[in-house]
Amino acid sequence: MRFGVVIFPGSNCEQDVVHAAHVLGHEADYVWHGDTDLAGFDAIVLPGGFSYGDYIRCGAVARFSPVMAEVVRFAERGAPVIGICNGFQILAEAHLLPGALLRNQGLKFICKEITVTVEKSACQWMDATPGSLLRLPINHNEGNYICDPETLARMEANGQIVLRYCESDGSRAEGGSAPNGALDDIAGICNERGNVFGLMPHPERVVDPATGHTDGAVVFASIARRLAEVG
Amino acid sequence: MREDLSPELAPKLAVELGLKPAEYDKVVEILGRTPSITELYMYSLMWSEHCSYKHSRKALRMFPTEGEHVLQGPGENAGVISVGDGWALAFKMESHNHPSAIEPYQGAATGVGGIIRDIFTMGARPIASLNSLRFGTLDKPRQRYLFEGAVAGIGGYGNCLGVPTVGGEVYFDEAYEGNCLINAMSLGLMREEKLTSATASGPGNLVLLIGSTTGRDGIGGASTLASQEFDEKAEDKRPSVQVGDPFEEKLLIEACLELLEEELLVGLGDLGAAGLTSSASEMASRGGVGLDIDVTKIPAREEAMKPFEFMVSESQERMLAVLVPENLEAAQAVCAKWGLRSTVIGTVTDTGRFVVREGDEIVADMPAATLAHDAPIYDPAMVRPAYLDEVQAFDPITGVDHPGCEYVLDDIVLALLASPNVCSRRWIWQQYDHQVMLNTVVLPGGDAAVLRIGDTGRGEMTGRGVAVSSDCNGRYCYLDPYVGAQIAFAEAARNVACSGGYPAAITDCLNFGNPEKPEVFWTFYEAIRGLSDACRAFGVPVISGNVSFYNESFGSPIYPTPTVGMVGVMEDVSKHCTVAFKNEGDVIFLLGETENEIGGSEYLKLAHGVVSGRPPALDLELEKAVQATVLAAIDAGIARSAHDCSEGGLAVTLAECCMAGDLGADIHLDDGLPAYASLFSETQSRIVVTTAPEDAERLVELALANAIPYSVIGTVGGDRFAVEDKVGVTLVQLREAWEPALERALAGK
Repeated sequence: MRFGVVIFPGSNCEQDVVHAAHVLGHEADYVWHGDTDLAGFDAIVLPGGFSYGDYIRCGAVARFSPVMAEVVRFAERGAPVIGICNGFQILAEAHLLPGALLRNQGLKFICKEITVTVEKSACQWMDATPGSLLRLPINHNEGNYICDPETLARMEANGQIVLRYCESDGSRAEGGSAPNGALDDIAGICNERGNVFGLMPHPERVVDPATGHTDGAVVFASIARRLAEVG
Repeated sequence: MREDLSPELAPKLAVELGLKPAEYDKVVEILGRTPSITELYMYSLMWSEHCSYKHSRKALRMFPTEGEHVLQGPGENAGVISVGDGWALAFKMESHNHPSAIEPYQGAATGVGGIIRDIFTMGARPIASLNSLRFGTLDKPRQRYLFEGAVAGIGGYGNCLGVPTVGGEVYFDEAYEGNCLINAMSLGLMREEKLTSATASGPGNLVLLIGSTTGRDGIGGASTLASQEFDEKAEDKRPSVQVGDPFEEKLLIEACLELLEEELLVGLGDLGAAGLTSSASEMASRGGVGLDIDVTKIPAREEAMKPFEFMVSESQERMLAVLVPENLEAAQAVCAKWGLRSTVIGTVTDTGRFVVREGDEIVADMPAATLAHDAPIYDPAMVRPAYLDEVQAFDPITGVDHPGCEYVLDDIVLALLASPNVCSRRWIWQQYDHQVMLNTVVLPGGDAAVLRIGDTGRGEMTGRGVAVSSDCNGRYCYLDPYVGAQIAFAEAARNVACSGGYPAAITDCLNFGNPEKPEVFWTFYEAIRGLSDACRAFGVPVISGNVSFYNESFGSPIYPTPTVGMVGVMEDVSKHCTVAFKNEGDVIFLLGETENEIGGSEYLKLAHGVVSGRPPALDLELEKAVQATVLAAIDAGIARSAHDCSEGGLAVTLAECCMAGDLGADIHLDDGLPAYASLFSETQSRIVVTTAPEDAERLVELALANAIPYSVIGTVGGDRFAVEDKVGVTLVQLREAWEPALERALAGK
């Protein structure tokens, strides 16, 4: 399959996503934020980084980039879109996903590997067995997910919560296992239809065996399997 | 020509700007007349120690600068080496000490920004940063503020750029209390043929200023700003704090690399210290040409800026490009694509003169090369400091009461692991993106950072790698600057070798006090001599670097701190080695042998409150042989782990191997030394290596072939770190001491 990886001014993980796609045997190309043609792409990736310097609010400026109107149409058509880290923030700003991402509870940037539990969800980007654990790196200053109680209940009912932070043994600490203070330990969510996925961890960083383990590969493999199934 | 200074006033302004009377006379001689205000500012900055190296230049000539890997030695924005298969690595280290001592976040952030501009100016994509930090002790609130601010600033800038911060070191000592050190190192990767020079050439070519607007930030420094006589408005004299904008720098990286990729430029330079004056005059003098610049063309951030302010402003995130007129449209289109300002501010001329005009009126006109090259070169006086006799006469073996019993030794091991100079640096590197670009093979926390060579997501990936380490123990340099500087080199090389890298070249950041004090200059000279001798012994050249003088507070200088940034090359990065013990039953070797050398040690400071004695001796030939042995073992695939011995001695090294591998060790030391020396001596040229039992004989053969002393000191296994009946602690105890120590110190505990 062929991924389109959007470059906003200030994106800095675009080359990592392309590299991960190549390692997994997929095609990937860059999409400049000023372009509006997404033809030929099977899935769109909004990569991590600091789009527009994270000025005003993370993702607040990027959502107005010309390409975003097209990404919204792409998603509304049911085609797969993923936002990783800053990409998740942009998806939230663009209202393709509910909720918002606040500054980390500890007021510090955090770069480390954490464990997430795969929840039972409708997400097309995650077909790992519910309850399985993934080790994924996080790398952000604003990953403290928040939404109102009604939205949380609705997401829970619809199977929109995809990944939750947990302890290394899969348990969840009483005061929360999210390193950033995220509501209900939420690390990744999808839309109702399951085609739009936003997550704070960076699966593309753990795909290439040359630099470590490969727990992140399942995200790209899941959507590839899904697209192969539906043709 | 605007004559805005009288012959009476000019020498007074010159002195205020930091020029010595003889230096002012030389300016007059070069010009054949009284300089203008703009000229005086430009000369005073270019002839400052910071820009001209006038006190250090002669001593720096001792450095070997050539070698088989070197593509570009000192003299450009960064040095460049070949790392194989047509790939080249640009790297350099630079200080940003004084700004950080005033405003740690912005000081450290703009330090990172400056060194990264030096790298992409060479045509290389920045791929990694390291930082070498020194502060006073963390029991002082001010030191905690400086340390936390500097770390946040380094992260804030580097993380936004998407350049991973992969390593570095930090020490805390009273000597740095009034003058912290922030040394930033950056590395960049390019194809060899893309090597770019900051050279202006081709009369008629255009000078293009790219990036941020120009303001009054960073002009001259607060103490040397023009006096009332030259300034009508008091508010012009604002403090010179530079503020970084990493987003603008990220755009500059992408735009400049695209301009170079499209071959639209003749030369590219960055605006750092002394701003446009430095960048333009150095580019002109390298090309043997003149420049004609009109300050009214420069996009200004503030109103009513004077020509001299435009010329010396240190506003961040600006680049200067020279290009042929036919490429202007295409180049400006690239800048516009990245949302960057680009403005033609002048032209290249064949006159060799640097002409600055404000519209039609010329405000400065001087031979361009005299700014960059004609600064006076000094031979500062040198005197061996008197304190050396006192500290070197101290015998640390008899001078303090050493402990002997088991209970106390356990406590000292744990206390050393909890020392801010030894403990886990996780609190720091978890604030840095250390993975972006996906080339970080060994995460922070080991001996050296290991990076894969390749153009992630854009081009070719290779199986090659580089190992990088920065090191300097200031205490050793204080006790003996010659030996201390050699140890800085040896330890950096040892760290690289323990990771599997062959030492190829170094950059340095030489942090010292006031060179006009003969005692300080002596320590500088001795350190350079030591470093040069070490470089020659290893055949490893110095390809770039930076001198930072005047690091003093309360009248006393910092420890001499010649930080070494070492790069080693690896043909096969998959063979890299880490510090972690790997398997139960593996055999633990000590390459090299322990002597009773506790002068200047962390143990002596921590347990006895003493920084005295002689630093450990260093035998460069033995050091080379020990490193050759570990490299051969790693290449042969028989070294399962390797970790060098440094601060805290063998006990700390072994404990770190245990914690990293989550495995205990049963150790027997048969060195005939008292326990404190066996465990805590900081003897150089020692490496702890483990092998599988079936490979042990092969490691012995390698040690014998290299004629180095070695011993088998134990086996890996269990959940305890035990040394005979002397030390016995669990992995849990080790971790409880080592892991949270920095957080605890920062919490004031």
